[in-house]
Amino acid sequence: MAKTSHGVGGLAYDAKKRTRPPELNVLAALVLIILAFEVLGRLFLGDSFLFNTRDNVNTLFNEQRLQIIILQVAIVGIIALGVTQVIISGGIDLSSGSIVGLTAMVTMSFAQVAMVNGNPNPKAIFGPGWMDLPVIVPVAVGLSLGLAAGLINGLLIAYTRIPPFIATLGMMVAARGAAKWWSKGNPISFPTDAYAAIGKGMMPVVIFVCLAVLFHLIMTQTKYGRHCYAIGSNEAAARMSGINVTGHKVLVYTIAGALAALAAIVLSSKNLTAQAGMGVMYELDAIAMAVIGGISLQGGRGSIIGTCLGALIFGVIISGFTFLKLDAYYQEMVKGVIIVGAVVLDQWRQNMPGRG
Amino acid sequence: MTDVILETRGLTKHYGGVHALTEANFTLRRGEHVAIMGDNGAGKSTFVRQITGVEMPTRGQILFDGVEHSFTSPIEAREAGIETVFQTLALADDLDVPSNLFLGREKIRFNLGPFSILDKRAMREATLAALQKTGVKIPNLMNTIRNMSGGQRQCVAIARTAAFRSKLVIMDEPTAALGVQETAQVENIIRTLKQAGEPLILVSHNMRQVFDLVDRIVVFRRGRIVADLRKQDTDGQDVVAYITGAKTGADFQGAA
Ligand SMILES: Nc1ncnc2c1ncn2[C@@H]1O[C@H](COP(=O)(O)OP(=O)(O)OP(=O)(O)O)[C@@H](O)[C@H]1O
Ligand SMILES: [Mg+2]
Repeated sequence: MAKTSHGVGGLAYDAKKRTRPPELNVLAALVLIILAFEVLGRLFLGDSFLFNTRDNVNTLFNEQRLQIIILQVAIVGIIALGVTQVIISGGIDLSSGSIVGLTAMVTMSFAQVAMVNGNPNPKAIFGPGWMDLPVIVPVAVGLSLGLAAGLINGLLIAYTRIPPFIATLGMMVAARGAAKWWSKGNPISFPTDAYAAIGKGMMPVVIFVCLAVLFHLIMTQTKYGRHCYAIGSNEAAARMSGINVTGHKVLVYTIAGALAALAAIVLSSKNLTAQAGMGVMYELDAIAMAVIGGISLQGGRGSIIGTCLGALIFGVIISGFTFLKLDAYYQEMVKGVIIVGAVVLDQWRQNMPGRG
Repeated sequence: MTDVILETRGLTKHYGGVHALTEANFTLRRGEHVAIMGDNGAGKSTFVRQITGVEMPTRGQILFDGVEHSFTSPIEAREAGIETVFQTLALADDLDVPSNLFLGREKIRFNLGPFSILDKRAMREATLAALQKTGVKIPNLMNTIRNMSGGQRQCVAIARTAAFRSKLVIMDEPTAALGVQETAQVENIIRTLKQAGEPLILVSHNMRQVFDLVDRIVVFRRGRIVADLRKQDTDGQDVVAYITGAKTGADFQGAA
């Protein structure tokens, strides 16, 4: 009796043989990749990837490296949270990178200081009345813009039944165009101190972690999250069960747009400047993080925890390649291989009998 | 309170040029169990979709519980008291049993609009009760539907109707995918409904089952109701004749 208990209806049921959460596999992959870099580092460089080898600081781990790993994925990670709920509900969002570009440009224009070192701001976009605004103004403008772009995506997808791939591809091209048009391609710089504080130091990580916790709760504990999974696994069933699929989709894409805008605010604040080319390829990095984290592109499966692990794998790989002094070209190629590998794995998982 | 729980008048559904349902006049009395039979594509599921709010009829009236309704969503039909097991089951493969039972009408702890907090424990307990009530055997409630057999999925879909109080239950081919034992189990659920005086519409191709369970048989052919037969006035051959068109609606009208 120790091993099997009885489930509903008296069928034998071995609780230990419950299907393993896929996040465990992703976690295992993360550990393996870290180990691989550790071993390679010790073999070829005589240096440790993970642990501190310097005498002047007294810590076990190489904290600087750990910080960089998280910091460099935090901003795309914010986008990936939005992309995760889009993919789980059966869609895709290719527009997030361009929304980052457009939002960064517009937001920065509202965040500029009037005087730089006693001279008028050389990059000024608006007249003097529109400078030195309280930080709430650019943040509100940025978020509204992201919400609006996401709302357009959502309305297009939910009401006209244009496939999400096409609708968001259109937004991707259009928003990038708008970003370039905004200042005729010129970068926008010199934000107020308050704006610059948003993305200073480890702030992007703090913001990312808070949002990740929030979205984890939303996806696991609320009706909204439940409906994302329901629509992603069987849209017709969701509709027949009375879920407002149309409204839900609008909301999903709107939230994704808002998160992309938030990423843009953090990024432009961190860089103290905005350029029309900001966020290029971020949408693909975000999708890759989700896919590596076990989110199924078919919809219905995956979790925020998975995406966070996927983001960490991403960060570890980039840091690892830098650590091994390998060219950035290899990084891109390996990233490509990993993305395809993750999708293949997902397909393979689905085709295995009796397993999800 | 009228004796009739459901009545349709001239219910018609066209899909573009396809006349899937034409001028259906149908009545169901309280406590009555009626079977809908007919060949593949006869319009049975189409009829079910019109009266359950999944689709809007092209024209015609639906009177339920004495009131005229035009349901714009399955939620409205359910709130009026119509519980349905759809032919396609309408289950979400990646969700567990309680989530599927309460799909679209989750129990919540705090109302925050779309972000309302789910009351998972209450849903789990209600699920256990519903499964017990229907005698459905499922080893692990927390398993996703994807990992279940066709019969178990069907049982989940049927338990879904049992978890809620209803005035009318509709089952569209509930035993199509089931083995002998599971079929018997579903038939027992239907008998329990009969004893409880709950009216039922059963769409089925199984002649033995229909004659075992229901009071009346309505035959659909090419989108039209061609016969409405009391069980004691008919037999299998007669029903088959109407299904295949050997006997037509005109014969039926003449006989009545
Ligand atoms: N959404 C739709 N669009 C176009 N035609 C449809 C649609 N749904 C059903 N039909 C057509 O309407 C007719 C009736 O279909 P219906 O599903 O009601 O048949 P049925 O009697 O339930 O058959 P079965 O026994 O196979 O379940 C068929 O010819 C079908 O092709
Ligand atoms: Mg049918």
